[in-house]
Amino acid sequence: MVYIVGLLSLVFLVLTILVIARLSKVLRGVNGATPAVEDTGSRVDLFSNRINGAMFIVFLVTGIIGIVWSFLHAQQYFLPEASSPHGRRVDGLFWLSMAIVTAAFVITNALLFYFAWKYQYREGKRATYYPENHKLELIWTVIPAVVMALLVFTGWRAWRDIMSEAPADSMMYEIVGKQFNWIIHYPGADDNKLGAFNYKLIDNNNELGLDFSDAATFDDFTSTTELHIPVNKPILLKIRARDVLHSVFIPHMRVKMDAVPGMPTRFWFVADKTTDEMRNLLNNQDFTYEIACTEVCGRGHFSMRIRLIVEDEDSYNKWVSEQKPLLTTFPEYASRIPDNLKGKAAKYLPEAAPAENTTAATMVEGGGAAASASLH
Amino acid sequence: MATVETNLTSSVHVEEHEHHEPQSFWRKYIFSEDHKTIAKQYLISGIFWAVIGISFSVIFRLQLGFPGIKLEFLRPILGHYLNESGNLDPDFYLALVTMHGTIMVFFVLTAGLSGTFSNFLIPLQVGARDMASGFLNMLSYWFFFLASVIMFASLFLESGPAAGGWVVYPPLSALPQAHKGSELGMTLWLVSMALFIVSQLLGGINYITTVINLRTRGMSFSKLPLTIWAFFLTAVLGLISFPVLLSAALLLIFDRSFGTSFYLSEIFINGEALPNVGGSPILFQHLFWFLGHPEVYIVMLPALGITSEIIAVNSRKPIFGYRAMIASMLGIAFLAFIVWAHHMFVTGMNPFLGSIFMFLTLIIAVPSAVKAFNYITTLWRGNLRFTPAMLFSIGLVSFFISGGVTGIILGNSALDIQLHDTYFVVAHFHLVMGASSAFGLLAGVYQWFPKMFGRMMNEKLGYIHFWFTFIGIYMVFFPMHYIGIAGFPRRYYAFTSYEFTKNVFSDLNSFVTIAAIITFSAQFLFLFNFIYSMFRGRRSPQNPWKANTLEWTAPINPGHGNWPGEIPAVYRWPYDYSKPGAKEDFIPQNVPYSQTPESNLPHENELIALEKEIEAQNFNDQFKQPH
Repeated sequence: MVYIVGLLSLVFLVLTILVIARLSKVLRGVNGATPAVEDTGSRVDLFSNRINGAMFIVFLVTGIIGIVWSFLHAQQYFLPEASSPHGRRVDGLFWLSMAIVTAAFVITNALLFYFAWKYQYREGKRATYYPENHKLELIWTVIPAVVMALLVFTGWRAWRDIMSEAPADSMMYEIVGKQFNWIIHYPGADDNKLGAFNYKLIDNNNELGLDFSDAATFDDFTSTTELHIPVNKPILLKIRARDVLHSVFIPHMRVKMDAVPGMPTRFWFVADKTTDEMRNLLNNQDFTYEIACTEVCGRGHFSMRIRLIVEDEDSYNKWVSEQKPLLTTFPEYASRIPDNLKGKAAKYLPEAAPAENTTAATMVEGGGAAASASLH
Repeated sequence: MATVETNLTSSVHVEEHEHHEPQSFWRKYIFSEDHKTIAKQYLISGIFWAVIGISFSVIFRLQLGFPGIKLEFLRPILGHYLNESGNLDPDFYLALVTMHGTIMVFFVLTAGLSGTFSNFLIPLQVGARDMASGFLNMLSYWFFFLASVIMFASLFLESGPAAGGWVVYPPLSALPQAHKGSELGMTLWLVSMALFIVSQLLGGINYITTVINLRTRGMSFSKLPLTIWAFFLTAVLGLISFPVLLSAALLLIFDRSFGTSFYLSEIFINGEALPNVGGSPILFQHLFWFLGHPEVYIVMLPALGITSEIIAVNSRKPIFGYRAMIASMLGIAFLAFIVWAHHMFVTGMNPFLGSIFMFLTLIIAVPSAVKAFNYITTLWRGNLRFTPAMLFSIGLVSFFISGGVTGIILGNSALDIQLHDTYFVVAHFHLVMGASSAFGLLAGVYQWFPKMFGRMMNEKLGYIHFWFTFIGIYMVFFPMHYIGIAGFPRRYYAFTSYEFTKNVFSDLNSFVTIAAIITFSAQFLFLFNFIYSMFRGRRSPQNPWKANTLEWTAPINPGHGNWPGEIPAVYRWPYDYSKPGAKEDFIPQNVPYSQTPESNLPHENELIALEKEIEAQNFNDQFKQPH
């Protein structure tokens, strides 16, 4: 690449020198009075015309070589094969479309430049008076239309499947964008349900505004560093934003969906290669799936990174069981739990739970033994 | 009745004589109502903005090509856009990106292109003394000027200009606490855009009225040059879509300043939960793209019109499929209004809507393809003169194709999931709309410079300018497709935060930056050529390109009213080039069929009978002289 840059700079240097030479010539030419109106003002400069015509062919040939070379060279940096089934389907469609449009691109550009060279001005030649040909026009209206219909149809089917409702047994996670990081809201180890939230409840410890009047919240935990998901299971990402627009982008999964304040969005997918499998596949022990932001959100837009860890089910479950629910970390939120749910919550509160509300004790069933013990 | 008419005529004549007193400098060059002067004002403002807009892109390209580059040498210009260590500040990086987009799309390629050539060519090519309303036309320019001044002023604010991307999506743009660029800079952006829209509407109404009402005798719609068709449809697009942007901007102003919640809902920012609920940021996106998508064609159609004319003239051939060209422009103009949501496939919009918009979007590829094929066929068996204007037109067709084909991929919602907001999109629209309409602008300047200033531009410099620019633009934007396929998101200050972008394509990014610098530098050749030729260029003959359209029948330096005597009548379409049997290889539109029996086609001989009728009409030129 360095050589190419060098070579190009050299070419441009030469061209620049030519330009300067030309400029000085022009300037010299005008020292005299401006030439009067010439009748030959519209005469074609045959020499320049020939050079410009030839340049089109030169451009065509070097252009094609450059495209092929640069493509082969750049290919190694393209994203590897998608790690999700829908991603592989989309990739296949992408390369199919790419093949079709590349063919169209090469043929039309080649014709354009070839005709430009072939039919350049010749003294005494007459152009062909050829104002229209309905048959021809019909053909080249219909062909793109048919190709387009084909692409639309395949694309539409893929789109419909990708955007369909998530399967009922999906694992659910909430991913919330804020300036300038992502926060993951896990459904917790016990109920696999995401608790409710309210943006007015947000504070320093409860960054997502989890609403502890909802029992589903009690076992929920959050993370700002990584999203762990099990392999080969449908994953439903519930996406929202706290302040401005963000967009969840998981390049290796071919997942992208905006995070909109006030309007939760979603995207479901299946990851079918664990992080470890990818590491071995790519022969790169540092590989990690990443989530990025692709909707401009301010100063730190370019660095809203969070890691995605895909693991087999056992290690995923093990990891989940090691996490501390938010309620456990910040037991002061227990005061927000309505009385009838205190018992359910007790399990997640530390031994020396604040016992400011004695009426709760009467509601306690088996699981709340520890709490009731402390009361008596 | 007759006496009344004569009286009227003579009284008007008296007034006319007063008009002919030499106008003051201010009325002639500054607050001019003459469409030619206004066109030049637009052109020069456009060029001014283009230099600023492109130089912004070069500055942020420096940061992208050489991350962490010390721009200390630019401190005199950039000032506090740089931090202490001389790096570009991330906030100002976004400001530069935003202003680059705003300036190029609105001020250069809308005002600079449409404003210049619609103003200049509509009266000259349809055969009118001036625009329907010279006064509105003048207002249109001065509203644009005011918008320019305000936008320019915003560049010098302590907190910088608007910085939320040229699409200014709320809530980022609505909340001053969210971003530096959303403070005063954003207010000025909105005010400037509101004035700009007023300017566009005044201009657009004028263009439409002039084309419909002020065509000369015999100039039916089926004899209009394609340039005029393009300007006409562009003005219609603008007239319908710009008010929607105005409403979007107004609601945003309300949200910013008056506490409404059109776009805001459930926001917690800077440790504070805002009271706004019930608004939708998606609403703004719908309103914005309802303009934003037609805007692409507002930028593109004039360039395509200019190209149609130039390619026909310099191929010495009729444009292939004149009617198909008009039909495809009509098709594009119509479809332009019903594809906007393809910018929003992954915003959380209902996926079913996504499917609908995918179908509609891909339909638009058909008329676009027809246009490209027609251009290529026009070259076929022509007798091509490579004037700089012709070179830029061929370049335009190439960019239009190269950028257009990737639209087929991006318009496919399933594929857009991955590519949305990556460099693939950047490459796509810079080629198909940025570079091609810029080429339309340049081609137009090279072609009509003799008509504007009575002098020729230097052709050799034009050739060099073309080849540098053409090759340079491909070198800038072609590699961006690769960067996009590798997943690089756009509007990133640096690619150092992610494993999948770190240490990838850093040399390619440097390459793009170098190519951009060279391409930008080459534009100064044009600038030199433009200013130099204005004063010292070779004097232009009457019809330097041997073209058929009416503007070349006007004097070399047309005065007020364009034609000294009666406006010529029009008898034929504008593309009678290389007609078999004709002496010359062109027959101007004002030559009647009765004078060219040797080249008339059978159905044209029948039209000879109508010539007297055309001759006798006099709708818009009662005095048969400028007034």
